[in-house]
Amino acid sequence: MSEIILSVKDLTISFQTLDGKVSAVRGVNFDLKKGETLAIVGESGSGKSVSMKAINRVLPQKNTVYDQGEILYQGKNLLELSEREMEKIRGRKIAMIFQDPMTSLNPTMTVGKQIAESILIHEKMPKDKAMMEAIELMRLVGIRNPEESCKNYPHQFSGGMRQRVMIALSLACKPDILIADEPTTALDVTIQSQILDLIDDLKAKLNMSVIFITHDLGVVAHVADRVAVMYAGRIIEIGTAEEIFYNPQHPYTWGLICSMPSLDTKDASLYSIPGAPPNLLHMPKGDAFAPRNAYALAIDFEEEPPFFTVSASHAAATWLLHPDAPKVTPPPEIIRRQHIFNSFMKKDKGGEAYVGSHAASGR
Amino acid sequence: MGMYILKRLAISIPVLFLISVGAFVLVHLTPGDPADMYITPDMTQAQVEITRAALGLDKPLVVQYVDWIGNFLSGNMGFSFGNRQPVLEIIGQRLSPTLILMSISLIVAYVSAIPLGIIAALRKNSWVDRAIIGWTFFNVSFPPFFLGLALIYLFAVQIDIFPTGGMTVLGAENDMGDRMMHLVLPVIVMASQFSANMIRYVRASVLDVLSQNYIRTALAKGLDQKQILSAHVFRNSLIPIVTVIGTDLPKVIGGAVITEQIFQWPGIGSLTVAAINSRDYPILMAIVILSAVAVLAANLLVDIMYAVIDPRIKYSK
Repeated sequence: MSEIILSVKDLTISFQTLDGKVSAVRGVNFDLKKGETLAIVGESGSGKSVSMKAINRVLPQKNTVYDQGEILYQGKNLLELSEREMEKIRGRKIAMIFQDPMTSLNPTMTVGKQIAESILIHEKMPKDKAMMEAIELMRLVGIRNPEESCKNYPHQFSGGMRQRVMIALSLACKPDILIADEPTTALDVTIQSQILDLIDDLKAKLNMSVIFITHDLGVVAHVADRVAVMYAGRIIEIGTAEEIFYNPQHPYTWGLICSMPSLDTKDASLYSIPGAPPNLLHMPKGDAFAPRNAYALAIDFEEEPPFFTVSASHAAATWLLHPDAPKVTPPPEIIRRQHIFNSFMKKDKGGEAYVGSHAASGR
Repeated sequence: MGMYILKRLAISIPVLFLISVGAFVLVHLTPGDPADMYITPDMTQAQVEITRAALGLDKPLVVQYVDWIGNFLSGNMGFSFGNRQPVLEIIGQRLSPTLILMSISLIVAYVSAIPLGIIAALRKNSWVDRAIIGWTFFNVSFPPFFLGLALIYLFAVQIDIFPTGGMTVLGAENDMGDRMMHLVLPVIVMASQFSANMIRYVRASVLDVLSQNYIRTALAKGLDQKQILSAHVFRNSLIPIVTVIGTDLPKVIGGAVITEQIFQWPGIGSLTVAAINSRDYPILMAIVILSAVAVLAANLLVDIMYAVIDPRIKYSK
């Protein structure tokens, strides 16, 4: 197993608002390995964006409270670094691409300058040399005729091209970790896959680790090695992409997968998870997902489920995995997927059943 | 761009024409007669009529306007009804005091307001911000005549540091120090008005830019606050600031009516009041045209600046 480059431990973040304390992230744990792509999936307000912005500490300083936990990078807890030390890590070690390429570039500065600026922050060199490097980066991300287009302003580029500029800008310092916050949400579908392929390609070339924040499972399937599903500020299931897509254990993950349209989905029959995410100002007692969960057990309304290990790489926080829990029948789509998963596993493991080794473990 | 400027200049000609017609009609419709100033109790009605004829007031309004614009186009702005001096000469004498007072006030105002506005924005909701905003509120709520009188009372009457008014002491026209002393109080009054307005615009504009996504990008790049301010915030927050400058600039020529009156400043502002009081039509018309030209020029300048600041703004033809 390759080395762990970033380790988030029990990260808990809340926002001080006029209405009171909003717990946006409630004890998030995960490791990021060198060279892997980890996708963080969840609906709006699940805390996925907040926890990733916390890694680079670009959350508004005023009202953000880091209640507990640590973010370990190269043996240092990023939450304890001074703003000055953090400036050396941002961009240089951990870079970010944001959701909206239309507004994430400075409208009054040429794109070449914006990329060159990124290079110059972390490396002293003459301005024209930085511009040459910027042009090279633009070529690397597939911008045509970079010698000319580096003199253009962002409004002269299309959305896809702007996102390429954003990527070039974030790659300027050859970061170890690239955090892509819904990088394709604002783009149309054909451009989406181009951008995803580009990130994947550059990841291999530059030996980066990538964290993908998205609510689009199609994107996840496209790029992710591992997937973490977040709900109401917690990771509720984490595993390899195969495990999450073909052997999901948490009812919320079931709901997410069932609400993915497929080619045989009939127009009116697209599933959606009933209800809405809980108000983070007043968290309900027990499991945050219980009120929307058709498979909720009595204990779900009493106590938040701990993580249960499914396999070495797969864990989920649902009471259904407790040895004493009643057996429930997942939706047909999930059964179909688990069937595919099991037949593959049988091939791999010589007939040994893999699923069902529901060893309970504490957090 | 050149084409656009030419077009704007061409459009301003009919605009000025309409302004001159409107102003001429309004000025002549005001109750009161310029000839009143010449009338003495022992004049006969015939003598009054002669006086009116001498001033050209006996002709129909349309004819008077045609006469005026004919003279205007040939470069003759006419003669003051009051002292029969050429209008151009009077305006010329009054323009430079106003230019001096207003341009110094504007510079003082902007040099203080722009940093204060930026500081207020960066320290939003802190006590520094509240103090700066409180100060602007104080300045905006104080009418200039009251602030002017209060300053005169405090610093010219009670503590005799500054003169109560005028531009110079008689006989000391070339004494720079004396001129400076005369400038202090009126500049404070004018600058406090200009700066209060500007601080609020700068603060709002910088706050708006700071909340933009590209500032988050700059932060994620690893830039420090100083670099973000100079490279990304400043230029992007200039548009509203330039707009305010555009509304302030015409006052540099048009003068400040109230402040000039209070400090007996011999500028365009006090000339305007005097001309209105004596129904000095030629002077009034000249001031209206001058102010209109200043406003049009400032607007054009602002529009050109927009395109210079923001590459997204392009003027077609």
